This record gives sequence, structure tokens and C-alpha cells, in this order.
Amino acid sequence: MPQVTLAVNGTSHTVEVEARTLLVEVLREKLRLTGTHVGCDTSQCGACVVHLDGDSVKACTILAIQAEGTQITTIEGLAAADGTLHPMQEAFREYHALQCGFCTPGMVMSAIDLVQKHPQGLSEQEIREGLEGNICRCTGYHNIVKAIAAAADVMQGRAGQLASAAE
Amino acid sequence: MYDFTYHKPASVADAVAILAADPDAKPISGGMTLLPALKHRLNRPSALVDLSGIAELRGIRQDGGALVIGAMVKHYEVATDSQVMAAIPALARMASTIGDTQVRNRGTIGGSLANNDPAADYPAAALALRATLITDRRRISADDFFLGMFTTALEPDELLVAVSFPVPQKAGYAKLRNPASRYAMAGVFVAQGPQGVGVGVNGAGPCAFRQAEMEAALSAAWSVESVAAVKQSPDELNSDIHGSAEYRANLVTVMAKRAVADAG
Ligand SMILES: Cc1cc2nc3c(=O)[nH]c(=O)nc-3n(C[C@H](O)[C@H](O)[C@H](O)COP(=O)(O)OP(=O)(O)OC[C@H]3O[C@@H](n4cnc5c(N)ncnc54)[C@H](O)[C@@H]3O)c2cc1C
Ligand code: FES
Ligand code: FES
Repeated sequence: MPQVTLAVNGTSHTVEVEARTLLVEVLREKLRLTGTHVGCDTSQCGACVVHLDGDSVKACTILAIQAEGTQITTIEGLAAADGTLHPMQEAFREYHALQCGFCTPGMVMSAIDLVQKHPQGLSEQEIREGLEGNICRCTGYHNIVKAIAAAADVMQGRAGQLASAAE
Repeated sequence: MYDFTYHKPASVADAVAILAADPDAKPISGGMTLLPALKHRLNRPSALVDLSGIAELRGIRQDGGALVIGAMVKHYEVATDSQVMAAIPALARMASTIGDTQVRNRGTIGGSLANNDPAADYPAAALALRATLITDRRRISADDFFLGMFTTALEPDELLVAVSFPVPQKAGYAKLRNPASRYAMAGVFVAQGPQGVGVGVNGAGPCAFRQAEMEAALSAAWSVESVAAVKQSPDELNSDIHGSAEYRANLVTVMAKRAVADAG
């Protein structure tokens, strides 16, 4: 059986796979990182989004073997060792940007990539277009968009801390 | 998905040798079309030949009056590359509307052209800009490349290596996205280039095509009014739950007007 070596959230793992094994199957079933979800399995919903060498990708549409030698970050890799949440996770909590939470890991991973690719900041329109690949059946998106805008301000140094959602 | 053997060659020659030795082997570039198809068990390749390790397929360069884009260049790179934005900004804008961020981070121009989905965006641009498709063994004009739905002039063991786009004076693109699939119901790419005016239509028919009457009208006078006067025939256009052939025919004129406005 082929072997793949991946650095997941900073730790190197070597696992046996079939050629057809998907990256998301390795993450969930071999490494037990079940924060990455499978919603549609048809490349549309974005519940499975992780970062591959810094870019957001759909882990249900990549073979594990294609990811050989890459650095993967999943939702489990965002919080600090002491449990402090990433500003994007904190903003999703503060802005009530989730209801059932199924889409949330993928939303957060897509949102972080979106903010990182727009160092000068993002308009509301750009945030909405940037979420094209993530489907949420609960929230209606408005609070997700607000959370991402607030987190972008913190991540890019325009705000020292998260603006309160109540303001 | 059925299992298969996986190869990751480091050169075009090695990839072609594997494909030539095994007629059931298939190349994989971004995998954004092929992997969903394999999950549905729509076909059963014996082997996948991953092109991502081949340096010859990467990179964007200027060559005389043309912009040459390697087959493995991702949609995201085309959308954000400074050379593309300077030489053919409409192509960069078009690439920025393909699928979503995650599709653009993996999907490639070569995969899209080789796949020739009727609703894909790149085939219309290649036709309108009079692109040349460069393979491991020959150069094929866009007019001779797109043969029909999901069908191109490529041999089973032939690899697309790069696409050469003559740099136009101006170009523009507009499409109407299906609200659910987000693929083009109809898209029109217009260009005024060194080989004349080109109008490429995608989404509307079973295969992207050039709209000769619109090309003639724009050659006579480059204006929104010129294309507004041309009616696309619904004969042989797609008709499905998303829209009738007549609806799509009307959309072609509407999108052509918007594309000319986009080109400026
Ligand atoms: C959710 C979603 C939305 C999408 N929306 C759009 C859209 O709006 N517009 C659009 O145009 N596309 C869209 N796509 C398709 C996307 O652009 C694909 O990336 C593209 O069609 C195929 O490129 P790929 O690199 O992923 O190719 P792959 O899936 O790897 O391959 C596609 C086919 O081409 C062959 N092939 C690949 N590379 C070569 C080569 N160099 N030489 C010869 N043959 C080759 C493969 O064998 C396969 O048959 C979407 C896809 C998804 C999943
Ligand atoms: S599970 Fe991957 S996109 Fe839906
Ligand atoms: S919070 Fe339920 S799907 Fe988004």
C-alpha cells in the first residue's frame, strides 16, 4: 500500500493509504481529526475546507497521496496551546455566526484564507463573494459576514481586540 | 471511487510514456472535475498520472506578442498574476469568477481546456482570443481544438503543455451564472486582437463556439449597439430544466452586450 507523509497542525504523520483515499478520510478516520466535516462529498459545500500549504482547499476533492509532503492546517490547529481561540474562532462566537455548527470549521478555514489574501482589508461584498464555496443552511450568513469583518480588523492590526457584537 | 495506480512523473516525456503504455491511464491536474467524476464511478482509469510534479507545465511568460500560460497554472494564479492583469485583464477577471476560492486554488487552465465542459469559461476565451494550444507534440488552434461536448482534439496519451494567447487591444467577458450550480447559463468573451475580432460563446450550446455574425458586426463597428442588433439562433442550443434554447439564445445577445461594455 502507498504511504503518505503529511505535516498536520505542525506534527508529521506517515500513514498507509490506498491511492483512492481522500485527504479528508485520512484526517478524520486515520488521524481522528473529526473537526473537518463532510457535508456534500461533491465539492460544493465547503464543510471539509482545510489549508494546504496555506491555501484553502476542499479536502473531499484531493487524494491524500496528492498531498504528500505538504503542510495541512485543520480547525484543530488554530487555537493556541493554552486554549486561547484564534481571533476568527473568537469572532464567530462573539457574533453568533453559527447555529448547528456543521459548516463552521470550513467557514472558519475559508475565512482565515480570505483575510490572509487581502492584507489591505475586505469589503462586505468581498467577504460575501469569498464565501461562495461554503454553504450554511442555518444562519443566513449575515452574522458570519460580520464576524469575518471583525476578525479581519484584529488579525490585521486595525483593532486591538474584537469589537463587541452588541455595539 | 474504484482504486487505481498512482504515478507522479517529473517530466512531460515521462508522463506521456506512462499514458502511451497504458490506454486506461488518465492525467490528473487539479482534480476538481476528475475526482468528482471518479467518485460517481463515471469512469474507471487503471492509473492516474499526477501532473503537479512537472515544472515544464508551470509558469506564465510573455513570448513576443503573446501571453503563454502553462497547463498546470491554477485559476487563482491567472486571476491574480500581474502579467495577466496587465496584458489581458479580462482573462484575469474571468478566472476570478470560476467556481469558488477553493476550486480556484486547485483547478488549472489545462484541466479546464482539456475537459471542455460546455459551461466552462476558458474555452470561450480561447476561441475569442484565437489561442493556440501547445501539446507535447504539436500546436493546435482553438478553432480546431474544441470538437464537441467534453471532446477535444487531444489524443488519449497527449498532454496539453501550455496555451498561448495573442495579446488583444481589448477584451471583455460576461456570463449569467446558474443560481444553483453557478456555471454559466451563457457566457460571451469578446476580443479585438492581432488576428481580428473574436466572439466566443460558452454555456449556451453543447460546445463553446464562435459567433461569426457578432464578429462581423464588431469588426464593422466596435460598440454595444453592433452586437445588440445580432440575434443568436436557438437551433442546436441547450434546452434543459434551467432554461430553453430560446432563453439561452436571447442571453447570448445580452451577455455579448455586457462583454463589449466590459471591454470598454
Ligand atoms: C464546485 C465547482 C464549481 C466549478 N465552477 C466552474 C465554473 O464556474 N467555471 C468553470 O469553467 N469551471 C468550473 N469548475 C471546474 C473547474 O474549473 C475545474 O478545475 C476544471 O474544469 C478542470 O481543471 P482541473 O485542473 O481540476 O482538471 P482535472 O479535474 O484534474 O482534469 C480534468 C480532465 O482533463 C484532463 N487533463 C487535465 N490536465 C490535462 C493536461 N495537461 N493535458 C491533457 N489532459 C488533461 C484529465 O485527465 C481530466 O479528464 C468548477 C468545479 C467545481 C468542483
Ligand atoms: S464535503 Fe467537501 S465540499 Fe462538501
Ligand atoms: S450553522 Fe448550521 S450549517 Fe451553518
